[in-house]
Amino acid sequence: MPVMNIKKFSFTYAGVEEPSLNNITLPIEKNKITALIGPSGCGKSTLLRSMNRIHDLYPGNKYDGKIELLDLETKKYRNILDIKKENEFIELRQKVGMIFQKPTPFPMSIFDNVAYGLKIAGIKNKTELADRVEASLKGSALWKEVHDRLNKSAMGLSGGQQQRLCIARAVAVKPEVILFDEPTSALDPISTGAIEELIVELKNDVSIAIVTHNMQQASRISDYTAFMYLGDLIEYDKTENIFLNPKEKRTEDYITGRFG
Amino acid sequence: MRLIINKIFLAFSVISALIGLGFLAWILVTLFIKGLSSLHLALFLNDLVNGGLRNLIVGQLVLAFLAALIGIPLGMVAGIYIREYGRGKYPELIRDLSDIMVSAPSIVIGAFVYSFAVAPFGGANGFAGVIALSIMMIPIIINTTDSMLSLVPKELREAGMALGASKYRVILDVVIKAAKVGIMTGILLAFARIAGETAPLLFTSETSNYFSLDLTDSFPSLTVSIYNLANEPEKSSRDLAWAASFILTVMVLLINLFGRYLTRNKK
Repeated sequence: MPVMNIKKFSFTYAGVEEPSLNNITLPIEKNKITALIGPSGCGKSTLLRSMNRIHDLYPGNKYDGKIELLDLETKKYRNILDIKKENEFIELRQKVGMIFQKPTPFPMSIFDNVAYGLKIAGIKNKTELADRVEASLKGSALWKEVHDRLNKSAMGLSGGQQQRLCIARAVAVKPEVILFDEPTSALDPISTGAIEELIVELKNDVSIAIVTHNMQQASRISDYTAFMYLGDLIEYDKTENIFLNPKEKRTEDYITGRFG
Repeated sequence: MRLIINKIFLAFSVISALIGLGFLAWILVTLFIKGLSSLHLALFLNDLVNGGLRNLIVGQLVLAFLAALIGIPLGMVAGIYIREYGRGKYPELIRDLSDIMVSAPSIVIGAFVYSFAVAPFGGANGFAGVIALSIMMIPIIINTTDSMLSLVPKELREAGMALGASKYRVILDVVIKAAKVGIMTGILLAFARIAGETAPLLFTSETSNYFSLDLTDSFPSLTVSIYNLANEPEKSSRDLAWAASFILTVMVLLINLFGRYLTRNKK
């Protein structure tokens, strides 16, 4: 039972005639990592940003089709494209977290960064906040490095640490899905390795969709891979099949570096 | 040939810079010599009726603080509106209007305030001075808030929203915090600017020789009194004007330096 089902989904940016995504159908499997790959401009980030409707910060975009999110308690799907009310958006984004290309620490202490989503969700109890911040930082392999300076500003951390802090912040609210939008493209190889390890560990608790430019990264960490090109989904399969045995010529050409 | 042109151009630039800096140094040196020689402790203890400046210094600061109390919140909220919420043509319109307001001659603002806050009430009053100064301050604060918020990366807003925070929470908790130092600096520079203004006060709150905190009557002002004292024939009055100018310059300079110190250290 996939945690998300994207069905015949099309997306058009405000003020543009041509849709940027055409008729995409794709599952996001539960507790698996799904990689979205393809050359620049293929729509992979656009698709990812539809999955928590962060596009809606900028008005006038058009959606078509369905993106269904599984409610883990009732086992029922709900079409997130129907959402109109503020409180439903808040609920959606608490269930579907997001990590960006550039680390986005808030200008506050390390503790307050991780606690931010929890406070938004209405948790006020000091010990519960402290426990969940600690658990999230441990889960993001950052606790050892920061436990003695939780009250220091998060802006003083290195880029890789900042990105792990953002992951801790997203994990803290216990989402069902985390969307990663090229999370390592601004980081050095060592930090990249740490983040990749972390993502693989995270899939025990959450389902993951990751956009990446780096095909080695997709093949290293993902269970499923979707190859997109010019707004179309060309091929979706288990990662090993996409990389070792692609069915489509265009997938093979991209994987082997003939274009892109 | 190119080398010669280069040298001429360089010489020209240096001379221009020296002329500009020269005048600045001249002003400061004159102020220092004339101001310091007239400066003594009694100036800070007596009011103008008794040959001191105490009431004027307090009056000027009270006017500026009250104007800031109105101007800062109004300007910040307007700046937040045009950067974070405004859609369509309104933000651009407000931005343009605000740009024009910043460069509006301050005497015109004084005359405008006179027409509705002084004339109908039959005389100069402190409220009118406060209104005039706050009108000067609002567009400066709007522009700083607007441009400082524009420097906050959109990813930071998206990251806040992606955690489930509503838009106003993200603006209050994250965006303003990220722009805090810049906005603070802008506020201090705007404060320094209005603290040294004469024209908006000249026929709104005028000035007073006595210590007063009563805003319904003419209100003591350092700048307006400098203008009056400098026009007096006696040397003692003009010496007092020099001392007052010196104190005003030091005050404005200190606020400015503090603003710059903030930007340098926190960024």
